[in-house]
Amino acid sequence: MKHMNEKMEKTLYAVLAIASFFLAWELLTAFTPAGETTPGPVEVLRLLFTSFFEPIGKFTIYGHLYYSIRRVLVGYVVATVLGIIVGIAMGTSRYAEAIIKPLFELIRPIPPIAWIPLVILWFGVGELPKYTIIFIGSFTNVTLNAYTGAQRVDPQLIGCAKMLGTSDRDIFLRVILPSSLPQIFAGMQVALSTAWMAVLAAEMIGAQEGCGWIILRGSDTTNIPLVLVGMVVIGVVGLLLATIMRIAERRLCAWNRMDV
Amino acid sequence: MSEEKVKVKVTHLTKKFGDLLVLDDISFNVREGEFLCIVGPTGCGKTTFLNSLTKLYDITAGEILVNGEPVDLKKHNIAYIFQEYSTFPWLKVEENIRYGLKLKKLPEDVIRERTDEVIRMVGLEEFRNYYPDQLSASMLQRVVIARAFAVKPELLIMDEPYGQLDISLRFKLEDELIRLWQETKTTVIFITHNIEEAVYLSERILVLTNKPTKIKKEIVNTLPRPRDVTAPDFVEIRNHVTDLIKWW
Repeated sequence: MKHMNEKMEKTLYAVLAIASFFLAWELLTAFTPAGETTPGPVEVLRLLFTSFFEPIGKFTIYGHLYYSIRRVLVGYVVATVLGIIVGIAMGTSRYAEAIIKPLFELIRPIPPIAWIPLVILWFGVGELPKYTIIFIGSFTNVTLNAYTGAQRVDPQLIGCAKMLGTSDRDIFLRVILPSSLPQIFAGMQVALSTAWMAVLAAEMIGAQEGCGWIILRGSDTTNIPLVLVGMVVIGVVGLLLATIMRIAERRLCAWNRMDV
Repeated sequence: MSEEKVKVKVTHLTKKFGDLLVLDDISFNVREGEFLCIVGPTGCGKTTFLNSLTKLYDITAGEILVNGEPVDLKKHNIAYIFQEYSTFPWLKVEENIRYGLKLKKLPEDVIRERTDEVIRMVGLEEFRNYYPDQLSASMLQRVVIARAFAVKPELLIMDEPYGQLDISLRFKLEDELIRLWQETKTTVIFITHNIEEAVYLSERILVLTNKPTKIKKEIVNTLPRPRDVTAPDFVEIRNHVTDLIKWW
């Protein structure tokens, strides 16, 4: 019961915070000079509503969402799988750490947008370069967290698993992976956000569709309401995906929460 | 000690870390079904001793035989209970206990039967679906003990398992351990720095020296069970062991 009340309280605060944000936005644009350059939320939401039925460019908002979500998911899933493998390899093998870590540290600070010219040279302007930019945007967060998680595995648990008959090969699946899971999920959460950040950069590459493309189109045509529609859609979809991720985490890492 | 009943035979066990000699030419035997306690001053290398015994560390020289063969974790059914609570936090109580049994690929009905049996023996029936995070310290250690006994080990090695528990819990778990040992006839090597605990549990006590560690003395403990820590013969053995290890 107490748990239920806390949950309702949290939801209430979240709704109030979002409502206050929109109210403040509306008031600022209605009663200050900011309104001369920036549209209010009512105007933006009206345009968003229209975009469900009338196309922006080639597609309605559903089509744009489909392309962006597909790009984000492909880049993100590949980054997650590879990031977990590379991170755990670095965290468990000193040779892997010695070889990969310096390269990783060198490449890590380079923003995804900086890769665009090279990625276009390598892969042209189709879907592959877009996936690649999103991959670059999310790979480092998953890798770093998997690396930290694998490093922090209690050596006693490994010893204990071996004593109980776990083979060296199985130690990875039975001890290192489950033990690192909370840390990996933390990395995946951050990576999901950075994947959505990278979508804008990705859709700079010859795209004719996508939420990032909507922002770029709005920017090119000085259509600020359109820019804001793209931003709102990315924000809402990002929030929904992050919520799904949190639910998955709660199920898979139930043991890591005191209130199970 | 007759040769055919020897479970563990340690000969000239030596362990060095670089130039530091930690274990210095140690030899002893453990009988099948015996409860052996090993005591020694703090920092004398008791844990190194156990880790060498179980091949978690490579030994520098000497030989460790179990049933007359070099110790091999894949071949010999050895369970090890650590100082810290080594439950797998992502597995529920029952899953923790089933872990070793599943690895041994036992039939499901045997796994279920053994799991139920040890859960009942350690009194955790109501907590079988709890995660370790939801249990108290004594419950956690009972899960570890149950998991160790579930695989019916031929040798159970315990490294100060009750070191972090308060005195009443320790007494309770010591009695539980003795009961389990008597029921299962498992050979137990129990390391502790608590002399009273060693006298309470053991059939024989090995007293270790400071580093480089040797066996200072072997004491056969034939006190009847259940033991009374205030009985004069109990106190006499305890004082004798204390005199052997005290450095002050």
